[in-house]
Formats: sequence, structure tokens, C-alpha cells
Amino acid sequence: MSDVQIMTGNQAAAHGVKLCKVQVISAYPITPSTPVTETISQWVERGELKAEYVRVESEHSVMTVCVAASTVGARTFTSTSSHGLLYMCEQLHWAAGSRLPIVLACVNRGVGAPWSIFNDQQDSISQRDTGWIQIYCRDNQEILDSLIQAYRIAEQVYCPVMVCYDGFVLSHTMMPVEIPDADRVGEFLPPYKPHTILSPEDPRNINPVIFPWQRRDAEGVLRDGYMDMRWKLQHALEGSRDVIVEVGREFAERFGRDHGGMLWNYKADDAEVLLVGMGSLATEATMAADLLRESGIRAGVVGIRVYRPFPRAEVREAFQKIPAIVVFEKDISYGYEGALCADIKAALYGTGIQTPLHNYIAGLGGRDVKANELAEAVRASLASIAGGNREQQTWLNCVTE
Amino acid sequence: MYEVIWHGRGGQGVVIAAQILAESAYLQGFKGVTSAPTFGPERRGAPLTASTRISDHPIRTFAQIEKADIAVVLDPSLFGIVNILGTLKPQGLLLINSPQKAEEFEIEGSLDIATLDAAAVAIRFHLLKEGAPMVNTPMLGVFAKASGLVSLEHMEKGLKWKLSGGAAATNIAALRAAYEESSIRKTGK
Repeated sequence: MSDVQIMTGNQAAAHGVKLCKVQVISAYPITPSTPVTETISQWVERGELKAEYVRVESEHSVMTVCVAASTVGARTFTSTSSHGLLYMCEQLHWAAGSRLPIVLACVNRGVGAPWSIFNDQQDSISQRDTGWIQIYCRDNQEILDSLIQAYRIAEQVYCPVMVCYDGFVLSHTMMPVEIPDADRVGEFLPPYKPHTILSPEDPRNINPVIFPWQRRDAEGVLRDGYMDMRWKLQHALEGSRDVIVEVGREFAERFGRDHGGMLWNYKADDAEVLLVGMGSLATEATMAADLLRESGIRAGVVGIRVYRPFPRAEVREAFQKIPAIVVFEKDISYGYEGALCADIKAALYGTGIQTPLHNYIAGLGGRDVKANELAEAVRASLASIAGGNREQQTWLNCVTE
Repeated sequence: MYEVIWHGRGGQGVVIAAQILAESAYLQGFKGVTSAPTFGPERRGAPLTASTRISDHPIRTFAQIEKADIAVVLDPSLFGIVNILGTLKPQGLLLINSPQKAEEFEIEGSLDIATLDAAAVAIRFHLLKEGAPMVNTPMLGVFAKASGLVSLEHMEKGLKWKLSGGAAATNIAALRAAYEESSIRKTGK
């Protein structure tokens, strides 16, 4: 029987973790992610979730605990935001390098200085190159469902997964969320059985100093050097695309909700312009597309769901025939352009697709983004493109003088 | 889509009221409901808003409400501090916790207005928190009566969904009284 409750994104994340029967949670509170682990800690305290909840003094230690717990074979979870994620940075690399299937909910928040507790995606985007898979959610149902999918993906490809969702915009907004049946989640996600577990019965030396070249170990087996291991991580992420798509498909079959694999489309088939975004901004863009269609402009949306690995092939497919692309994003690669915009352009290189592409930096530090503002931006871009302006970067609703 | 903005002060149960309205609307059959506090830190006694969106279809906007269809004011002292009418559509519905009757309320324009001495109702039903009357539940009664959007029956279900047995019974009694005692002025536009 379906159990729908009206809940925040943070509650949805907590429910996802509970359904996955996570065994070790470590966390250090930070706005706006705090209610996720606060809720979980209550369940652990009451015995509703049989797990170890490890309190530590910093986010760096949080990820260290997750790495240690995952190394001994536990399904592990944490959530954080902004400076918390950045404080973990060194251990984020370590988790991915160790090929541990840790799942982290990143409740997206702007990064200081100056301080902001409000939403943008600079925090997780800045951790793009740590070797983590990154999924961006468009509503609270997708948060819960993506967390369940994240463990399936992570434990199959041995890469950590970051499930990202917009702080306050989703984390503190309540909406209907269906909580799937626990037994059915159990069938979809069996207990974690890692290929290697560190234990006193089977002592090992993990992650020692490694040399640039391949080397024979104590048993005489030729072992990878650093670079060979890095290639395997890259290969695993590139290969995870098929797993992500397949897990999404199986989830849709079992639970009746298809959030898309690597990306999703909205009214894209007959579109003359495509709006592109990630997370709640892409949801807002669907409203903008409706507004544009009311005024006679055939607009559609491409929502990038998985940012790493980047949906190279899907992006090429999605933008094959479109006359204009407008990318909205809540991040900036300082000194260049929006990170998503740059990645999309790179994916199109060499395909012969020469579509004009305009980039809007929007909603940094929680600045409100309304559907009509997105629609207006698209109208301005279409006029500008008609005038021959193929490339443009605009900061939406921002004093730029 | 209907947009509702709630004006109150930190500690008055503004956010909870916005949530119960969303839940009640969902129970009534609206497929799309959201409720959100003003994003950011909250301080007891400071003016704050919360919002509820209600729609037949799943909601795809999370932007702040610019002009609401319905504004609910839990604390009438906010009129001198916050531009409440600026958050409401010109033909909107304004619900106020006030001992004044709706007819006596002097507000320009063509708004529909409903009032209730929600503090008195709260005190009568012992809805008190740290000595202060909790006016949020009574204002849900005013909402049901004046808006017709979410019925009294479903508000009661929403309260039962949210609250435990004893608290639900008291709140429902206050909700019904508030529904009966609301004073409404329609402009007939």
C-alpha cells in the first residue's frame, strides 16, 4: 500500500536512508542539512534503525569515519552542506580513491566568504573532480528514490555517490512524498556484500604509499601503480553510466517512478529552444517552458540529473537538432563560465553541432529565481541569437556594473 | 494554483499552520501541495512568513510567492511593520486575527476580508504555549470558512494527521468554533 506523507526534502532523505538499512551514520551538523541526520539520530536512539551513529568533532572526521566503516563492510551514510562538504574535501578524494560505496546527501548551499546559509550549487560543483558520482534531484520524491538508487549504483561500481538537492528550496519545503514499502526496497537493494572486508581474521595493508610504477607485492604479484589505479577509477565512473541507467529503469519497473537515467526531458520533442539546468532550477525551468509555450515559443527543458559521470552521449542526442540552448545554473567556474555550460559545450565538440548557447548564472546565495524571469531570459536570448550573438554569459538579477 | 502567504511572528506556529493547510488540501484531493517557511534563520517574536501552494497538479515552482491569492495574518500588529497588502493580489482574500469585525476593518481596495478574535478562541480552548494563545489552528477555521478552498472536514483530518489524540481533539474543537465565529466581508466584485 502506498504511504504518502507531506514532508521536507531533508525528511525524504532520512526516510531513504532508513529504507536502505544503513549501518553506520556519521555526521556533523550544518545548515541546511542538519535535519537529515537529526531525524536519523532519533530513529537510531529509539531503535527504529539498527545502526551505529557516530558523533565526531568535524566533517573531516565524519568522512574518515565513513571511510573506515565502509572499509570494514558497513553500508554508510552522511549528509552535509557547503563548508561541511569542503572541510571533507581531502577525505572525499580518499573515499573515491579507496573505491568505497559511501553515499552522501549534499544539501546544496552557497560558500563563503561572505557567509551565506542559502542555496546555490557551488559546494558540490566545486567537488566535481573528487571521483564521486553526482546526482541532482528536482523534487523531494526524487531525493528519497535517488538515495535508494545511489546505494545500488555505488555498491555495484564501487564508487561513492553524492545525492545533491537544493538547500531550503527542497530541503525545507514540504510536498507529497510516497514512502515505498520497506520489504520491496529490500528486494531492490539487498544487503551490502563487498568483495573485500578489512577484518582481524583477514588483516591487510590498505592504501599504503604507492609508487609511480607497477610493483610486485610480498606474494610476488604485480600490482598497479598510482596512475593505473587512477585509470581504474576513471574507467569505473565512465562505466557507471550504464549501471545508473539500468538501476533507474529497474527502479521505475518496481516502484512506478521514472526519474530519468542520466538526464530527463520536458516537452523537448518539438522544441525550438531548450532550457537546461540541474536540481530545482530545472523544475522551475519546466514552468518557464510552459509560459514560453503560452506566448508561442516552443520551449522544452533538459534536466541534467547526473553531472558526474557527465552524460556525454545523452547530451549529444538531446541537442542534436535544437536551434538554441539556454543553460541556467547556480554555480560559476570563476574566470570562465558556468561549469555545466562548459561541460555541455565540451560534449558537443566534434559532433558538428554548432548550436548557439547562452549561459545564465542564477540564484547564487539563495537569490530567488522565478519562472517568469527564466522565460524572460530565454526571450532575450532568442532575440540576441537572432541578432547573431551565438555565445553569451549573463548574471540573472544581478548588479553587474 | 492557489498561493497562500502566512504572516506571523516566530513562535506563533506560522510554519505549522502552513503545513497543516497543505496536508488538509492534499487529503481533500489536491495532487499538488507545498508548504515552506521563509528560508533562513528564525527568531522568536520576529516577523516571519510561511507559504502554502495548492494545486490540482504536482507543483513545479519553489520560488517565493510574489502576490498571493490569500494572506493570513496571525498578528495584527504586523500591519504597521510589514507591507502585508503588498504580498496580496488586489482582488485577494485577507484573513486577520483581530477582535474587530470584518466590516469594521478599514482597508482600501477590493479585498475580501475575514476576521476572528483567534486569540480569544485559543484561550477558550486552552490552546496555550508558554502562556501565549496559539492562534494558528483557529485561523485555519477562518481559512476554511472564508476561502471555501479546503473544507472544515478536511482541515479536521489534517489536524488529526498532524497531532496526537488529545491535542487533535482540542484543536478540532477550536477549529469548529473559529469556523462558526468568523466574520466575513465580501466586496461582491
